[in-house]
Amino acid sequence: MTLLCLLLIPFAGGLLCWQLQQRFGAEQARYVALATMALTLALAAGLWLTGDYSQTLLPSAGHPSGHWVQQLSVPWIPRLGIRFSLGLDGLSLLLVTLTALLGVLSVACSWKEIQTDAGFFYMNVLWNLGGVIGVFIATDLFLFFLFWEVMLVPMFFLIALWGHDIPGGRPRLYAAIKFFIFTQSAGLVMLVAILALVFVHYHASGVLTFAYSDLLATPMSGRTEFWIMLGFFLAFAVKLPVVPFHSWLPDAHSQAPTAGSVILAGVLLKTAAYGLLRYLLPLFPAASAQLAPIAMWLGVLGIVYGAWCAFGQNDAKRLVAYTSISHMGFIVLGVFAGTEEALQGVTMQILAHGISAAGLFILCGQLAERLDTRDLRKMGGLWARFSNLPQFGLFFILASLGLPGLGNFLGEFLILLGTFKTHPGMAMVGAIGLVLSAVYSLILMQRAFYGKPAAEAPLPDLDRREFAILSTLTVVMIWLGLYPRPFFQVSRAPTQALQTLYAPAANEERAPSDL
Amino acid sequence: MTHPELLALAPMLIVSSTSVIVMLTIAIKRHHALVASVSMVGLALALASTAAVWHVCAAPRSITALLIVDPFACFYMAMILIAALATTALSHTYLVRYPGQREEMYLLLLLSTVGAMVMVASRHFISFFVGLELLSMPMYGMAAYLVKERRSLEAGMKYLVLSAVASAFILLGMALVYFQTGTMGFGDIGARLGELTVGEQIVMLGAALILIGLGFKLSLAPFHLWTPDVYQGAPAPVASFLATGLKIAAFALLLRYVVDTHATRYATLIDALSVLAVLSIVVGNILALLQSNLKRLLAYSAIAHFGYMLVALIASGPLAAEAVGVYLLTYSITTLAAFGVITLVSGPLDHEAQALSDYRGLFWRHPGLAAILTLALLSLAGVPLTAGFLGKFYVLGAGVDERQWLLLGAIVAGSAIGLYFYLRAMIQLYLRPPVVPGSAAAAVPPPATAPAGFSGLRWARDAGGSMLIVLLLLMLALGFYPSPFIKLAQAAGIEPQALATPLTADRR
Repeated sequence: MTLLCLLLIPFAGGLLCWQLQQRFGAEQARYVALATMALTLALAAGLWLTGDYSQTLLPSAGHPSGHWVQQLSVPWIPRLGIRFSLGLDGLSLLLVTLTALLGVLSVACSWKEIQTDAGFFYMNVLWNLGGVIGVFIATDLFLFFLFWEVMLVPMFFLIALWGHDIPGGRPRLYAAIKFFIFTQSAGLVMLVAILALVFVHYHASGVLTFAYSDLLATPMSGRTEFWIMLGFFLAFAVKLPVVPFHSWLPDAHSQAPTAGSVILAGVLLKTAAYGLLRYLLPLFPAASAQLAPIAMWLGVLGIVYGAWCAFGQNDAKRLVAYTSISHMGFIVLGVFAGTEEALQGVTMQILAHGISAAGLFILCGQLAERLDTRDLRKMGGLWARFSNLPQFGLFFILASLGLPGLGNFLGEFLILLGTFKTHPGMAMVGAIGLVLSAVYSLILMQRAFYGKPAAEAPLPDLDRREFAILSTLTVVMIWLGLYPRPFFQVSRAPTQALQTLYAPAANEERAPSDL
Repeated sequence: MTHPELLALAPMLIVSSTSVIVMLTIAIKRHHALVASVSMVGLALALASTAAVWHVCAAPRSITALLIVDPFACFYMAMILIAALATTALSHTYLVRYPGQREEMYLLLLLSTVGAMVMVASRHFISFFVGLELLSMPMYGMAAYLVKERRSLEAGMKYLVLSAVASAFILLGMALVYFQTGTMGFGDIGARLGELTVGEQIVMLGAALILIGLGFKLSLAPFHLWTPDVYQGAPAPVASFLATGLKIAAFALLLRYVVDTHATRYATLIDALSVLAVLSIVVGNILALLQSNLKRLLAYSAIAHFGYMLVALIASGPLAAEAVGVYLLTYSITTLAAFGVITLVSGPLDHEAQALSDYRGLFWRHPGLAAILTLALLSLAGVPLTAGFLGKFYVLGAGVDERQWLLLGAIVAGSAIGLYFYLRAMIQLYLRPPVVPGSAAAAVPPPATAPAGFSGLRWARDAGGSMLIVLLLLMLALGFYPSPFIKLAQAAGIEPQALATPLTADRR
């Protein structure tokens, strides 16, 4: 029941926001949106405190058929074997909590930025977040796909209606449509793959079902498995994004409003990482292991390429967007390495990148509100013109470059450590990314905050709301870095189960010719 | 004709007699609302009777050699009747502003509906052709109904000429098939085909000609050229019936014909259908990219959608008939809703809202209408939780089950292209009307013009508006809780009759 609430509250709150705006005004809508996300966060926290997360959706030693902490399952379209089933384990919980937290912050950070049609804006934000939560707790492949697509439409509106038109750049509608077409068409390929998997299962067992737990051990030939896996991989690769499929991301980020960017980088990309962990590896362990070398090289390519491109950007948000590509490269690397350290590192990286990217995008938004530009060439010397903002800037930039003691370091370090055990070569090349990230981070710091100021006049500093947003993120980031135990405890069961599923296939695949 | 047979024909008889009553009513007194109400009542009665007939004819009931009433026929008749009901309601809203004679529209619509119903129940060339002509003839008049309007006349004229050509093709095709098989019943043709030893080419030629004719009616590429022009020129409610009633009848007939004659055993035919499907998907979606007129856009989108539907027909697996039923249902409801919004948004008659720019900012003027159009466009694009997704899901399922990877690739690619124009049309509804750059007004957001409370739903008070609400509810139901509809479509499946001779080796 809690799961259903988790899902319904954002959708209901969104409708309410829209109606309130129509009848009363924007102010009420804002408070309702904030309250909605706060309630969702409270629910997630409640789940965290009350549940026992030593179980997982995946089959593990104690529970051969998989087991989850909370679940709900009612028939929906019986003719096609589709059930409305939700479930939760440690991995889902981490991501749901991240979504709710960033939801609160993204509502808060657009408090002043969005002045037109705020109610409708918040409806889109909340519906988008609702869809994302749905992705994280669906345990029926049809339902998963449904939420996967449902979250796109509100994001499309966010970019297309409240986005920025960059002077001299492409219009925001272009970015919005590009984002939608990339993700939706890749999603359709995944739908075909899902159907193929379901029919393979149906022909083997005579049961037509979309249930995750039933499809887990579908017997199929290696060739079939590989092709079906590729369909899933394509959808996740576009969403993550893995490098050859990344071109929608910088456009979407640079055109999106701040809240849109925060959600996009903080949670939307994470749905793909979740997809890899929850669906790709467990459903197709052997085929994933076959793909692993290619995917990992793509991940390494992403790390280096994203960092390289970030270095060359003049638009602060575009720069941060490219750093996301680089950070997501680590996730691909870690997922396909498949050792326990690497997988733990992936979950940490998911959380840490969510927080650090959100912080950087919020900062970019705040700078843009004050300076009316995000062009780094027009910034410089800002340290002297603010009293508090640049310190936060420095903090999140350091977090993003992987300063030890903060979450990103932990994530990237664990991923490299885990990868080194099995693929030392790739880990070494990937580690170059750490160096490059220092380069682009420091250059961002230098260009924005140091150097010769463009003007002397002090700019309005952070108000209490903005200060609170950034402090929250800072506290969470330090927490992740210094005391990660609670997070690892929650994610341990799923990662261990995943590792036991995937490791044999990976070892078998690696045995003949080790890198 | 016996009593149960008459009962089985009840839907058709009710609509036919309604048309007579409407004619008499017009003769006595021209009263727009009265005529429209009589037609609505007649159609609603017929719709109710299909449910009863469905019960009675759970086992297929043949009526003479011409017609067969089975759940399949009932399902599609019901769909046609829903389309006719929606069209009647929309026509009422549309024609209120028309200064000329309004009442004959309903008469033509009723006649056309009878024709469509005959088509879905026919199992013989004669009833096929009679139904088709009865469906098409009134349609010429309906398309050209606004006789003072150039675009309307042009649409009627164009449709008349091309439709007649298509009918000629179909007739010649029938003749050729009859020449070789000596029979005109679908089932018998199938049986004779199995026994044929010589002259298969002539039968194939005949089948090809029939396919071309039906391809024209279904506006499959490359026989689609008339579609955008006629959609654009015809009055919006007429275009909605053209896009739904006509297509439902033609596709249902095609499905029954293909299944009854076991046509899928001919690899050539399958190849031909595949080419038509891929062409329609590609041509429809790509040409839709270039449109700035909503009605033309819907026309091209219809071309693509029938390409998708053909894929299910080609797959011809156990899911095929059900997939076609679900797809046609979702497509029809969605299309009717889209045309309904066009009808309601249109201002005076000489200025029908067609250009996409007419819809700019509709959400801020009429949030309800814009929301319905948004839902319809998303549904046509096949986004989950809308009706259209269910249809697409079924078609993909039927394709995957039969491993039609090439056609599936075409669907995926087509849908990706399609997204672009649906989204472009959709976002227009939400953009604020343009402000002159540089003026002081540019900085200040315009005050919300949408009236608060339910006065925003004033458009929903007349017949067309309330019908639109019903369509909206149907769309939502199909998106969120499709099980009842799926059950109906499943029950309305169609099974080929067993053949006396076993299928020959040239089966795929």
